[in-house]
Amino acid sequence: MKQEAVIQVKNVHKSFKSVHAVKGINLEILPSQFLALLGPNGAGKTTLVEMIEGIQKPDSGEILITGKPWKGNEKEFRRIIGLSLQETRFIDKLRVFETLRLFASFFSLGAERCEEVMSLVGLEEKRQAYVVNLSGGQRQKLALGVALLNKPKILLLDEPTTGLDPQARREVWMILKKLKDASFTSLILTTHYMEEAEQLCDYIVIMDHGTILKEGTLHDLLGKSSADIEEKEEYRGPPRNLDEVFIELTGRHLNE
Amino acid sequence: MNDLKNSQLWQLILANARELLREPAVLFWGIGFPILMSLGLGVAFTKKKDVTVMVAVIGRNHLVHTLADSVSVIQSFLQNNRAVLKVGKDGSLSRELTVPDEKLGGTNYIFRDLSWKTAMVMLKRGNLNLVMDEAQGLIQYHFDPMNPDAQLTYLKFSKLMQDPELIIRPSETEIQPLDVTGSRYIDFLVPGLICMGVMMSCMWGVSYEIIEKRSKKLLRRMIATPMKRSNFLVALITVRIAMNFVESGLLFLFAWLVFHITIQGSVPALILFFISGNIAFAGIAVFLSCNTAKTEIGNGLINLVSMPMMVLSGIFFSYHNFPGWSIPAIQKFPLTMMADGVRSIFIEGAGFGEIMLPAVIMLATGVVFFTAGLKLFKWH
Repeated sequence: MKQEAVIQVKNVHKSFKSVHAVKGINLEILPSQFLALLGPNGAGKTTLVEMIEGIQKPDSGEILITGKPWKGNEKEFRRIIGLSLQETRFIDKLRVFETLRLFASFFSLGAERCEEVMSLVGLEEKRQAYVVNLSGGQRQKLALGVALLNKPKILLLDEPTTGLDPQARREVWMILKKLKDASFTSLILTTHYMEEAEQLCDYIVIMDHGTILKEGTLHDLLGKSSADIEEKEEYRGPPRNLDEVFIELTGRHLNE
Repeated sequence: MNDLKNSQLWQLILANARELLREPAVLFWGIGFPILMSLGLGVAFTKKKDVTVMVAVIGRNHLVHTLADSVSVIQSFLQNNRAVLKVGKDGSLSRELTVPDEKLGGTNYIFRDLSWKTAMVMLKRGNLNLVMDEAQGLIQYHFDPMNPDAQLTYLKFSKLMQDPELIIRPSETEIQPLDVTGSRYIDFLVPGLICMGVMMSCMWGVSYEIIEKRSKKLLRRMIATPMKRSNFLVALITVRIAMNFVESGLLFLFAWLVFHITIQGSVPALILFFISGNIAFAGIAVFLSCNTAKTEIGNGLINLVSMPMMVLSGIFFSYHNFPGWSIPAIQKFPLTMMADGVRSIFIEGAGFGEIMLPAVIMLATGVVFFTAGLKLFKWH
């Protein structure tokens, strides 16, 4: 029996003045699926995620969360979605625990849940630290902790490891892997790190210029890509990773 | 109790209060600075002390008589009245004449022989405000008639020229200095400072806070939760008003201890009026910050609104000095309305009857601006 998608994106378009940021995207995310939106800066990943978050409205098309539209269901959706935005800064002069306590109160949650989350994201030792004194990795862990407070059914992470050093990035991945093992949450993660998508996600969507270039499991993408290009004269063997898939699709590197 | 601790309004209030109290600069500008300002201005304007004025004397040899010169009127006046000749480090000559006055404070005149050009440079720099010249035994006075200090120097000195005995003989005019509580400059100043503090605190503490949180994408992060949007603004305004009570209370306490200021009118009326003034400025602050995410634009908007009121609303000096046609407009500014009301309670003994109408107008101003701001409010 086919599982019902928790998020459905149906032929969604979005423009900002003359920029057509998202061009007719269709997407489905299944329960407990981890999906990576992979693409360079300006690919339309953030705009797509913002529309799924309900912050932006599509110009046309439809977005359904658990089968229902945003309109009229915002209160319910806010309770089941957790998110971490690009470059969010919390209140500098609040301590880590106080920040969690503040956001927990929005979900009518108490101190106990904050303790659990601090332990989950490994910030117990920083409990009394001011946000302003946290390192980049610790801030990202805090953002992730805030996103996980309500035990979200849907988690949206917009470039959660951008700018972090490899060690901090790996720590964030470990937290997300624990979440994946719990099989409760569906995740959409935008990134331009191949390794992140490969390590964490079971479904990968490669985007550029507001459209989906390719999508599927890692295995599918590597396999399909090689089959697609076998006919080309300059075939040099199957791609070994997503970066090569991206180069074959666009002629450039993902980080360019 | 646990329900209160877990309530989002309480947590928002706590977060705002912690943010405010953990910022030393906020405490200095909110509490320390107004107290220092009242101390400085209070001392400057309540204790009459001797003043020193510099007067330029154009032409040569007015200060020192040589055999070749004929004696000028200024020269003979200075010499006859034993003005002390002094030589500066740069070799320049000056004469000093001290006119004591126990009631009004003495005046120490310093006369300097200067060329017209040098005198004008010094006048432009504010080093002197009266220039004297002599032609055929007649003294000419040059000064800016719009400058009250220059006018005063002219009036005092020209009177002295006519009656030099005033230097040693006290004025026959019976002057009784008024220094009863309520009639001093400090009594006028402190209520104004309290009101200005409320305005600035709301403008920077509400407007700027909102804009900064929006620019940091924190507002956007918050509304992605089930947070009630009105709770965010109510918490911000509540903490700010509470802080304004503390700041104003401390300023009053200081003024009471040092200058013996008292509240002559109704204290409950003062509290009501103070709250309505706070609501007016908080509403205006929300309106100002409803749309922009750029702190630079926020700065400009806050200054655009607060600067004219600071200058025109009679905080430091009475707005009745402005042209008559402008006064009805000035009186409609929220800061003028608040300062007039608070002053009337502090120094005129006003009660509910006198302040009810302006209190209602300020309250309505706050509600109207708050509602309009909320309608236009951009959370991201």
